Amino acid sequence: MVLKVFFPSCCSSADSGILIGRWISEQNSAVILAVVHFPFIPVQVKQYLGEVQRVTKVSVSVLGSWSNSKQEKEESLSEFLEDLGTIFCHEPWIQISKEGDSKFWSCSVLQKHSKNPQEEEIILVYYDQRKVMLSHLHPPLDTAGPGAEDASKLSAIFDTVARSQVLFMTDRYDEGPIKLTHWQSDGVEASIIVELLKQASVPACMLLTLLLSLHSHVFCRVLKFWPLSFLWSKLSTCEQLGHRLQHLQVISSNKKAQNQNQLMRKANIFVSLLIDVALGILLMSWLYRKNRIGHLADTLIPVADHVAEELQDLLQWLMGAPAGLKMNRALDQVLGRFFLYHIHLWISYIHLLSPFIEMILWYVGLSACLGLTVALCILSDIIALLTFHIYCFYVYGARLYCLKIYGLSSLWRLFRGKKWNVLRQRVDSCSYDLDQLFIGTLLFTILLFLLPTTALYYLVFTLLRLLVVIVQGLIHLLVDLIDSLPLYSLILRLCRSYRLAAGVKFRVLEQQDGKPLRLLMQINPLSYGGVVQTYRLPTYSCYPRDSWASLCKKLFLGELIYPWKHKGDKQN
Amino acid sequence: MAEERRFLSASGVPIALRRRQHSASCRELAVRGPRLQLRSLSAATSAVWLAAYGLFALCENSLVLSAAIFITLIGLIIYLHFVKIDQESLLVIGSLGIQVTSAYASGKESTTFIEMGQVKDVVINEAIHMQKVIYYLCILLQDPEDPQGVSEVVPLFQSSKPRLDCLIEVYKSCQEILEQRKTAPQSSEIK
Repeated sequence: MVLKVFFPSCCSSADSGILIGRWISEQNSAVILAVVHFPFIPVQVKQYLGEVQRVTKVSVSVLGSWSNSKQEKEESLSEFLEDLGTIFCHEPWIQISKEGDSKFWSCSVLQKHSKNPQEEEIILVYYDQRKVMLSHLHPPLDTAGPGAEDASKLSAIFDTVARSQVLFMTDRYDEGPIKLTHWQSDGVEASIIVELLKQASVPACMLLTLLLSLHSHVFCRVLKFWPLSFLWSKLSTCEQLGHRLQHLQVISSNKKAQNQNQLMRKANIFVSLLIDVALGILLMSWLYRKNRIGHLADTLIPVADHVAEELQDLLQWLMGAPAGLKMNRALDQVLGRFFLYHIHLWISYIHLLSPFIEMILWYVGLSACLGLTVALCILSDIIALLTFHIYCFYVYGARLYCLKIYGLSSLWRLFRGKKWNVLRQRVDSCSYDLDQLFIGTLLFTILLFLLPTTALYYLVFTLLRLLVVIVQGLIHLLVDLIDSLPLYSLILRLCRSYRLAAGVKFRVLEQQDGKPLRLLMQINPLSYGGVVQTYRLPTYSCYPRDSWASLCKKLFLGELIYPWKHKGDKQN
Repeated sequence: MAEERRFLSASGVPIALRRRQHSASCRELAVRGPRLQLRSLSAATSAVWLAAYGLFALCENSLVLSAAIFITLIGLIIYLHFVKIDQESLLVIGSLGIQVTSAYASGKESTTFIEMGQVKDVVINEAIHMQKVIYYLCILLQDPEDPQGVSEVVPLFQSSKPRLDCLIEVYKSCQEILEQRKTAPQSSEIK
């Protein structure tokens, strides 16, 4: 069978010594982690390896010998290296030797207890130890079952190198009995900024936890009372704030992240919050410069007035002969006057508020420093509040139309001599008296001939309401995008692409006859789409609630539609 | 050692198959399609620019011309980087796995490595593509739960679409290496 040797490229220029690593017998492969140099005492080496095995739970052992002779090959050295095989008895004993600066190494395997002493083919795979240690392998999403563990042999190799971190902590400046060569043997690396951040994060987390517990004690008690809790659930700003508070709780928790997913999630939330707040402060500084917010407040009232005037024109048009259709004059006038009075009330209400609008807007604009998402949610709420009269009209029109449709369907059943049996939830035949039939037919005719008028009002207001809903929906889509985008993972994929690995790729290096096959193993990074899919942050809304068919059915019957579903809503 | 032979693709364009044997259990098979021709590039560019000049003559807005140049440049970059595949290669390393690489005209390479444990077999399959029935080579992946089942089919050489004669050569090369894993000593099954 083919023997695979995974050799770290940092050890290519190491002095002669013995190879330590892990032997994976199921795959017939040897993962070499470091080279131990002469002189050493075998007992001490075995002791050291036993300690490493205990700490890392990786079965590290001596796998073979490595000889790097700068001058001509020495015969005595090769015999000495073979004798080492008897001291550190390991099956099979791998011997790699490099002559001078040659790229092509000779590799031989000693098998004392093998049944068939035929020549095994050897494949030498070079790998970058630091990158493999830091990398995290992402299995494809459809093979995340129990059998996936055995199926991925490469994950065993990545696992071995990643868990052996303690082996790489001793460098050549340490005064121990063992001298190793690995990727960190020139000196352990660390980053001052990372260490400082780690020290600073502990008190910061404690402060945040204190503030959050304060908030949960005070605020949640206050919000249980009826008007506030109703407002809280209806305004999207409050939902977004609640969502962000949850995020803060995740970041400021004291528990260290258990695995890679949790760590990435925390980092993504942190970066997303940071960018959000930065963009919000940018927006705020732009708004408050040159008193733009004052201008905004000044234009708000004329815009509301303009919308109200347009609505009045629309109603006048409906009260006349809209699109050439002939309406029932009396009902038309009643409905038109009713809605016109509403608009009149609304305009007076807005004019009442107008001296306070600028101040309210100024203070509300300050909350944009909490984040761009909060500012967008406030915008969406302002739109909802300004178009509240359209929402009211829609509800009136829909209820009227719904009543009419139900009345018509019930009287149509009476017309044919049937009745709806509530007990059995089905249509049964029924014998009516003559006067019942007479009144029923009369009412049916009245309702039928008044249907076009009501239907037209319903249609117009439903279209207006849908327009407002679409605008709000677009804003919420943007907010969700900012909420759920895993920015830290994307930046990591851009700058340190070896950290997020989808797999490996092999490159065939120059070959020479008689020497083992040389391959270079590189990390194949995850695609950007894969990164977003794996590390997406969960959001609080999912859309849409209804399919197109049920939406059309509801519109036809006049039932009220709430197109966007929120995760906390109960199903009706 | 490397050898190169010429074949035809399913749509009639000439392609070249290059085989290299790196060692007894490692083979590389690369299919190279025709490069981007200067003729087709000039034809496409002239067509877009003529249309832009026509629009400019109608509406007298110079924005149309700059937009046409912009579109041509962006379109060319997108085509070279995401669409035009120059070479597709298959690297079969016995006992490690199979690596499938596509090299685009802009130099980008997209690689997938499939471990040998997941590979059930490499077969030639038939498919209906537009109005033709073509042969294609594919890798069958093992289903982890069901030893007889196939979990996924990975088609190879999708952009160059070689004909059956070329596919048979590639198939024979792959099968020689895949057979080695069946005749390997049963050391892994004793454990």
